[in-house]
Amino acid sequence: MSEILVLVDHADGAVKKPTYELLTIAKRLGEPSAVFIGGADKADAAVEAVKKYGAEKVYVVDDSEIKGYLVAPKAEALQQIAGQASPAAILISSSAEGKEIAGRLAIKLESGLITDAVDVQEGPVTTQSVFAGNFTVQAKVTKGTPIITVKPNAATPEESAGAGTVENVSVTVSDSAKKAQIVASQPRESSGRPELTEAAIVVSGGRGTGGNFEPIENFADSLGAAVGASRAAVDSGWKPHAFQIGQTGKTVSPQLYVAAGISGAIQHRAGMQTSKTIIAVNKDEEAPIFELVDFGVVGDLHTVLPAATEQVIQRKG
Amino acid sequence: MNIVVCVKYVPDATADQKFESDNTVDRVAVPGLLSELDEYAVEQSLQLKEKSDDPESVSVTALTVGPEQAVDAIRKALQMGADKGVHVVDDAVAGSDAPATSKVLAAAIQKLAQEGQSVDVVICGMASTDGAMSVVPAMLAERLDLPQVTLGSVVESQGNQFRIKRDGDTATEVVGATAPLVLSVTDQSGEARYPSFKGIMAAKKKPLETMSLSDVGVDASEVGLDAAWTAVEATEARPPRTAGEIVTDEDGSGATALVGFLASKKFI
Repeated sequence: MSEILVLVDHADGAVKKPTYELLTIAKRLGEPSAVFIGGADKADAAVEAVKKYGAEKVYVVDDSEIKGYLVAPKAEALQQIAGQASPAAILISSSAEGKEIAGRLAIKLESGLITDAVDVQEGPVTTQSVFAGNFTVQAKVTKGTPIITVKPNAATPEESAGAGTVENVSVTVSDSAKKAQIVASQPRESSGRPELTEAAIVVSGGRGTGGNFEPIENFADSLGAAVGASRAAVDSGWKPHAFQIGQTGKTVSPQLYVAAGISGAIQHRAGMQTSKTIIAVNKDEEAPIFELVDFGVVGDLHTVLPAATEQVIQRKG
Repeated sequence: MNIVVCVKYVPDATADQKFESDNTVDRVAVPGLLSELDEYAVEQSLQLKEKSDDPESVSVTALTVGPEQAVDAIRKALQMGADKGVHVVDDAVAGSDAPATSKVLAAAIQKLAQEGQSVDVVICGMASTDGAMSVVPAMLAERLDLPQVTLGSVVESQGNQFRIKRDGDTATEVVGATAPLVLSVTDQSGEARYPSFKGIMAAKKKPLETMSLSDVGVDASEVGLDAAWTAVEATEARPPRTAGEIVTDEDGSGATALVGFLASKKFI
């Protein structure tokens, strides 16, 4: 069976959940091989983690020479591993960086690229959600090695013991890949809440919060949810851009999406329309968000959400 | 300094976007416009010019690849303040995927550079509002072998040194490189200006060059739908969501109904 390369998405060695989803998909397509590009001292833990989700082989690339540079060296590393492994497909997380690595790799390998897949089945045939979630598209790669970036929640991670045979790879990185330097890096502070794109429940606030996100955050915490924001809330400086849901922010597809004080402009809908269940709380009964909802409350989020939070906490006992 | 800003003509996202029978995006029947996200790139190119020590010596060229109507995207950029436009238009381009689009853009940029004007900065938006793959800037950097300084929410420059702030998922980074380079900017980089009346009038007199594939040295067989490295097998409109239940909050009834709904769906 052919190898399927999975680029491990991790934060300083801590493997992120979408990687397990990619490994689960890889198993449908062939033999999963993980590619870990990171600190040599973090490799052991990462190998243990990906083994549990079926990685038969783990290519380990020590990133001490390349971590100070943006994107390009990682694409070169993957190119070299692909040259050696002749994989049947390469799977990468659909993060901003993941897509850029995939884009460069596609040109290097003269291979077709599909981004933002929400499902990948044998073939590989991908499913994408396009035009603000108004259409679904089935596609496949027709040239070279299929390179597919996959969105979070595209599969349920399935544990399955893999051999996890480590292969240390020393890659040669060209000088031209070292031209864009990461001069400084400020890690994002953890909120303690689930990651937005991975959460099962997301509670978002918009212009209607008036800048007070406390009702949103308390309600989110009562449900164990992630917190999001509309572009209006981000543009007003109430939340950093990392919270933004929509066309130019994150796309989420949780089991439950709660939009509070968000009118539901196309820009926002593009980022949440494929959520399984949608709830809205908005003072304006004419708000377009109500066209999308499974359940809506016409009312002030500042009274509705705190009361609901209290009831949820009571019920959970 | 010569700046090339890449712009795309896209179907209006607020109109009913649809596919053609060959599963390509309908770029003719649906009204189009300059991709909103490319306006930020145009804005940053103009700011680079305005902030330079000698703005007169900085030239901003708006470049697009697309059908006849795509010239509207260039016109908008010229109205905003770009100095000239280049439109690569060729029937063979229709249906091109991102690798082919980046190939044509890269060839056009190289052609401009050969014509005696070095290209110092290529600026792109963060993504198109139709395909939204967000990969063309990285592909351009790869093809042109230039530093990739992408997804900047803040752009700073001093001479030929550029720095951006890049807000990643796990960290905020400062990325720096020396021109020539490929930049892309996000919608956080600063509101794009509206064309002024003066700008609209001035745009009519600005040079607008049309190039064919052979002009930029790309063989027609390398682009278009048949040469794409991916194939769309099927497209399907998402079924409309069925209307949900809407209640009006009166004296706390809204919260109770909301929690009742959550419980009925087993979220609590």
